Amino acid sequence: MDTRRRILFAAPLAVAAAGGAGFYTILRRMQDEKYDPHALPSPLIGHRPPAFTLPGMNNQQGFSSTDLSAPPRPMLVNWFASWCVPCVEEAPMLGQLAKAGLPIWGIAYQDTPQAVANYLNQYGNPFQRLANDSSGLTAINWGVYGVPETYLIDRQGIVRWRWAGALDQDVVSDNLAPLLDRYS
Amino acid sequence: MKRLLILLALLPGIALAQMVTRDGVTLSASQEQRAEAIGAQLRCLVCQNESIEESSAGLAKQLRIIIRQQVVAGDNSKSIINYMVQRYGIFVLLKPPFSKLTLLLYASPFLALLIGFLAAWNARRNRVVAAAPLTAAEAARLNKLLER
Repeated sequence: MDTRRRILFAAPLAVAAAGGAGFYTILRRMQDEKYDPHALPSPLIGHRPPAFTLPGMNNQQGFSSTDLSAPPRPMLVNWFASWCVPCVEEAPMLGQLAKAGLPIWGIAYQDTPQAVANYLNQYGNPFQRLANDSSGLTAINWGVYGVPETYLIDRQGIVRWRWAGALDQDVVSDNLAPLLDRYS
Repeated sequence: MKRLLILLALLPGIALAQMVTRDGVTLSASQEQRAEAIGAQLRCLVCQNESIEESSAGLAKQLRIIIRQQVVAGDNSKSIINYMVQRYGIFVLLKPPFSKLTLLLYASPFLALLIGFLAAWNARRNRVVAAAPLTAAEAARLNKLLER
């Protein structure tokens, strides 16, 4: 009887403690940038990108969905814009990945050839191919909701990972590197 | 007869007066109403607590245009909403749909009520019942024990 009462009194405390621990974990992970409550899972993951054909830009070749259907090795598609601040932030990381031999194809989102040329001159051009989505309509079909966004495409042409926001060393080593190992 | 003809001639004008242009798409007032009802259910992904209708973000404007074009093309509201869900996932819906993923969310008020009922029932069952008064024989026996 007595233990029962004790359990009954302890129950609300235990619930509050569990809730507190949960909130603490969430806040802690947000602070460490391991959890972003605004991040959305991409419905494209596990699927091929939707059909599209985009022209090239500044003498670089554009590409279409068929060019992504069976890449010889896993690759990245990076949506960016010259007017985008976090794109500048991730530019060195993209350069590093490209130098390490990872194929990266770029898509300029709602931009002009001149502005993109200036941007790539200033911050480096990591892209093997460069497509122009000036209307931003292909981006909508991909479910892109901001730049930069980076998609990992495996050798079967299937999207395995999407990162919304700037790529940095932590994101690459925690998220991208293990996936590259798995799909190469 | 002449008046009727004049009225008939004016009809297209009246219809045209009811056309509205929003974000560069021209559509009838009732079509605009339907487009607004659709947009109000969809989350703007740039500023996540606003609907596509309220948001001033560039992407929201583009999506408003797409919704209006599809409304003018005669697509039904459900297929327009599906178009958005296909691209952005169920998070684009401001009201989460009832599914396996959201089952716990929708069941939580009922679960809380159930837990409350169980607690109340448990408390009732454990209530201490007041002791009945002693019978004459019991009182006599108690006195005898206390005297000893």
